[in-house]
Amino acid sequence: MSKPVFGLILGGILGIFDGLSALVSAPEVAPQIVGIVIGSTFKGLITGVLIGYFARKVHSLPLGLLFGLVVGAVLAYGVVALQIAQGGKAYYLPIMLPGSVLGLIVGYATQRHNEHASEVADSR
Amino acid sequence: MPLSDAAVASLRALADWPDTSDSKYDILERIGRGGMGSVYLAHDRALDRRVAIKVVSLPEPPAGTGLAGERLTREARILAGLEHPGLVPVHDVGVLTDGRPYYVMKWIRGTRLDAYLQSPRTEAARLRIFARICDAIAFAHQAGVIHRDLTPANIMVGAFGEVLVLDWGLARIRLDRSGVSPVTTQPGTVMGTAGFMAPELAAGRSDASDERTDVYALGGLLEVLTQPPRGQFTPRPLAAIIAKARAASPADRYPAVEALASDVERYGAGDPVAAYREGPLEWASRHATRHQTAIVLVAVYIVIRVILLAFR
Repeated sequence: MSKPVFGLILGGILGIFDGLSALVSAPEVAPQIVGIVIGSTFKGLITGVLIGYFARKVHSLPLGLLFGLVVGAVLAYGVVALQIAQGGKAYYLPIMLPGSVLGLIVGYATQRHNEHASEVADSR
Repeated sequence: MPLSDAAVASLRALADWPDTSDSKYDILERIGRGGMGSVYLAHDRALDRRVAIKVVSLPEPPAGTGLAGERLTREARILAGLEHPGLVPVHDVGVLTDGRPYYVMKWIRGTRLDAYLQSPRTEAARLRIFARICDAIAFAHQAGVIHRDLTPANIMVGAFGEVLVLDWGLARIRLDRSGVSPVTTQPGTVMGTAGFMAPELAAGRSDASDERTDVYALGGLLEVLTQPPRGQFTPRPLAAIIAKARAASPADRYPAVEALASDVERYGAGDPVAAYREGPLEWASRHATRHQTAIVLVAVYIVIRVILLAFR
């Protein structure tokens, strides 16, 4: 499995969990949970594929983590900005902090995924 | 008046000094000495380069007819037949004016493994060295040559991390493809270095030596290479690999160097090894160590979620 595809799948799965966590952190949003999960999954897919593509090009754990953090934070900021644009409250910390950590997780996992295969390919 | 020991040693060294006046080599200094002979740094006048020359030590019967001379010539021919980055290339062979045979090889700038290990090295670096030794020995085995005297003193680590296996004087040829005479060791002769010598060699059954004889010595090298600092223990999987390689019976050892090398590689990569069956706790610990960054990241995510929930 290539790194972008792995990132896409991992990002999507983490996005689903991240969206579902709203049921615990904000039970009042339960009626909108389907929309939240879809949005969160979509964000996770984009995060995953971007970070996975970066991991395929750059074989560096520190840079992969940094890129994951930045992408996670930027996309989470996009969600906050969308909420504000729709007249909602700005949940910077509750959305951006976990989103950034999820970016870190995907950044780590995509760098570690198929590590040996990458080394072999590099040595050829 | 009797001569002192120092004077005798000095005279002996003077007599032992190779006379290469009728060759294209100028001896510069002695850089090593073994049981069979000495290795000298020399200058090759024809090609204007430095080389290493191995010469049988005196006393040796004239014309290289003694066992040491025979072994040296065999060693040169064996090495000449093995072309591998882990083996020293032989450039030339010859006989000194006093009848002692010699061979000329590439001069390796580096340190012997025993000296190399005096400096602190990471486990990964040590395992890399071991993998390269295994690579060279596996190549020799494929060519039908068993080294039979692998010790830290017979391994050279070059300035760029290259590893060379030296001293093939006790090697046994199993498949005689090169025209070199096969086994020359008399049954009952004990040869090798204590601590690295397989039990079958120690028992004088040199005819029983095969690839697993070198596997035993490689187990000893692995033990030396991965010696834990004082107060620490060798990890169980690694200890099991060493124990399997150094089993008293050849049948209980790894059947080939490749099997040993791949088990060590698996250990280095944090994978389970064939020589050791781990328990559930060890399995969990190995995975936790291997994926500790991922575990920390997931824990951080959960902690953040809990904190956000608490301060909602």
